[in-house]
Amino acid sequence: MNKHVAPQLNRRAFVVGTATLGTGLALGLDIPFGGPSIVRAADGSPEVNAWVVIRPDDTVVIRIARSEMGQGTLTGLAQLVAEELECDWSKVTTEYPSPAQSVARKRVWGEFSTGGSRGIRTSQDYVRKGGATARMMLVQAAANEWKVPVTECTAADSVITHTPSGKTTTYGKVAEAAAKLPAPADVKLKDPKDWKIAGKRLKRLDTSDKVNGAMVYGIDIKLPGLLNAAIKDCPVTGGKLKSYDEAKIASMKGVKKVLKVGDSAVAVVADTWWHAKSALDALPIVWDEGENAKVTSASIAQWLAEGLESGPAYVGNQSGDAKATLAGAAKKVEAVYNYPYQNHATMEPMNATALYTADKCEVWCGTQNGEAAFAAVLEGSGLPADKCDVHKQILGGGFGRRGQTDYVRQAVDIAKQMPGTPIKLLWSREEDMQHGRYHPITQCKMSAALDADNNLTALHMRISGQSILFSLRPEALVNGKDPATFAGLNADGDAAFGYTIPNLLVEHSMRNPHIIPGFWRGVNVNQNALYVECFMDELAHAAGEDPLAFRRKLLTKHPKNLAVLNAVAEKVGWDKPAPQGVHRGLAQYMGYGSYVAAAAEISVTDGTKIKVHRIVAATDPGYAVNPAQIERQIAGSFVYGLTGLFYGGCTVKDGRIEQTNFDTYNSMRINEMPKVESIVMPSGGFWGGVGEPTICVAGPAVLNAYFAATGKRIRSVPLRDQNITFA
Amino acid sequence: MANLTINGKALNLDVEPDTPLLWAIRENAGLTGTKYGCGIAQCGACTVHIDGVATRSCGVTVSEADGKQITTIEGLAANGVLHKVQQAWIENDVPQCGYCQSGMIMAVAALLKDNPKPTDQDIDDAITNICRCGTFQQVREAIHAATSV
Repeated sequence: MNKHVAPQLNRRAFVVGTATLGTGLALGLDIPFGGPSIVRAADGSPEVNAWVVIRPDDTVVIRIARSEMGQGTLTGLAQLVAEELECDWSKVTTEYPSPAQSVARKRVWGEFSTGGSRGIRTSQDYVRKGGATARMMLVQAAANEWKVPVTECTAADSVITHTPSGKTTTYGKVAEAAAKLPAPADVKLKDPKDWKIAGKRLKRLDTSDKVNGAMVYGIDIKLPGLLNAAIKDCPVTGGKLKSYDEAKIASMKGVKKVLKVGDSAVAVVADTWWHAKSALDALPIVWDEGENAKVTSASIAQWLAEGLESGPAYVGNQSGDAKATLAGAAKKVEAVYNYPYQNHATMEPMNATALYTADKCEVWCGTQNGEAAFAAVLEGSGLPADKCDVHKQILGGGFGRRGQTDYVRQAVDIAKQMPGTPIKLLWSREEDMQHGRYHPITQCKMSAALDADNNLTALHMRISGQSILFSLRPEALVNGKDPATFAGLNADGDAAFGYTIPNLLVEHSMRNPHIIPGFWRGVNVNQNALYVECFMDELAHAAGEDPLAFRRKLLTKHPKNLAVLNAVAEKVGWDKPAPQGVHRGLAQYMGYGSYVAAAAEISVTDGTKIKVHRIVAATDPGYAVNPAQIERQIAGSFVYGLTGLFYGGCTVKDGRIEQTNFDTYNSMRINEMPKVESIVMPSGGFWGGVGEPTICVAGPAVLNAYFAATGKRIRSVPLRDQNITFA
Repeated sequence: MANLTINGKALNLDVEPDTPLLWAIRENAGLTGTKYGCGIAQCGACTVHIDGVATRSCGVTVSEADGKQITTIEGLAANGVLHKVQQAWIENDVPQCGYCQSGMIMAVAALLKDNPKPTDQDIDDAITNICRCGTFQQVREAIHAATSV
């Protein structure tokens, strides 16, 4: 199957990207907190350290390196800094440092990448230290001014008090002096049980501009002399741009230039985007679509199905001898599942604005990875790091899509052909649908052995399909194996398999169609949870046991998994009958360091119309930095997860994605939204993510309820393709 | 050229009559609070009021809007006082990424004008905007909060 080749462009881009940032990475996260000379923010206010700027009016500016795309990380990270800083929360504001500033300061803000539900859990330690360090310096500065021992001074709500004398001052008054002090070496963080700002149900910091149209997203950037670009990339990935007839549109209103972008795309630059898009739609284009134009969903499905039965496979988790146990089983249960391509469909289509001159290249865009976007600017412009920058904007949705930089590179490629003119490149929704970085496609054959007493003695799980890392991060493969494929199926770690089964074999036959995969909110736990949790329901049924009781027996060695499962079972009232005509389903899983479970209550009409009445969802993320925002992430994740289940498939015909817009790629509306009852149950001692994990239990909980209602198993996503829809 | 009245201001814009109103608002009038999401009147991110009626501005041409009162998200607050829907959105912490919320708020504001106390069913029937972050639960709560006083 030579036609299924991974595009080379992405690999090259990544290698260059890492090389560019190599110096910074080598320095790691050795973060200097403060120092003898004052570093000043743009308005002249002193940095107490890289994370904290304090203005004379006591305003606290907290620097946030991760990207805000709706998930609330901006507010959560600010809460963690403010907690240790002991500042007045009502005076907190935030700002993004730019990637160029960070690189110039030896990556003082650490990682910018915002994905994998890592925003808080992998930076909580150093941002809290940033806040604590700043507090100690501020208090020390006050003690110095008063000539009193620092141990006699305390800080709360941005006010420093000398307890014996009752003297007080504010952070704004001592910030200049504090900024000159050396950073303390020994920084002790608070016990989370003493939190006053973190852990609380605080409102988001970024809401006011989102209700009056003032928030500036990448699509809203205005610059003097700005021109707009619309683009079409070859509809078949891997194909090339052959030719276009520029003369046909040269006289159309507003058109300034028609450009080749890379070797596969053409862009029209015009005064307005509407003019650019209208001209592009009228432009005759000839593509060289290449071999991939022969690929269809059916050819991909056939190729993946072959991988379920034969060919080499990577082993992800193994204990005992599953194959031998299956061969001698009293009862054998088998089922084949599949999970489709899905587009992220962020509400704000991909866009970036670039300004290139001979000695500078700047980009304004929403990105989940400021440093990767920065690397794309360096690569595209050919300019060194001190002559480039990325100005991060609030994202109109990310869901993993904006971790990629293809659209940034295109904007730079266009701007480079028009030096001195800022160019805003905006994809049409149709372009966005056809050139996604899709949820990877897989199939899975589940085989299980039950002994004479209906105990589960063996499970063999063979996944066939696409690897994200193969296409996007090949350097992260381990001897060719994609470890991320086994999310939630690992023996240990932050995405471990919860069930104890004496004979277990989990393997992956890697098959990579030409459609470029990507990290789609939840990523590989989505399909793996669906495979495992729907099949567990099948096994419970085969064993003649209640699905909750069957799971409980297998989870005794994983009390955190068991606890979230029990929590949803209790709240949904599993031990009591459901309302008349309503049926229930369960699922539990672990992903991104968190333990999650869901119970769904649904009713089904004519076997084809599903009403989801109620979802009970639990998560144990270790620590809950803002329970109110976690509840919103949980509720939202069910919209994303159930949209995926009901509507989410992207299909391939003639080598291209068939879905073009929301009319062919539907998304849940408010009338389809079930009531989501969230249980946030942090047990402490670890840091799990919250943006993604609960998505993966949405599908299996509903599918298991569907079986309870109808006696029919659905093993294929989306339901749209089986003429099943929301009631 | 087109004469449009947006947020009470009469504007003379250099735009062809068949241009979708959305792009005239964003690019010619420079009001970027109204968002592009699909261009085919499916998602509702571009919802504005035309003579008080919630309308997906990507599906209306400039000439069709000629002579009518257009209100965008920037014009929803009156004399610096937020509309009760905007206020409820803040109090209930509704937006996540926020990109669809201009259109969502405009759709809800129009609903409440016609139906000051909508039921859940009324909300289901009237509000068909897409939100990929999935803020629907908070949207519903905020609508009820806005109408319970």
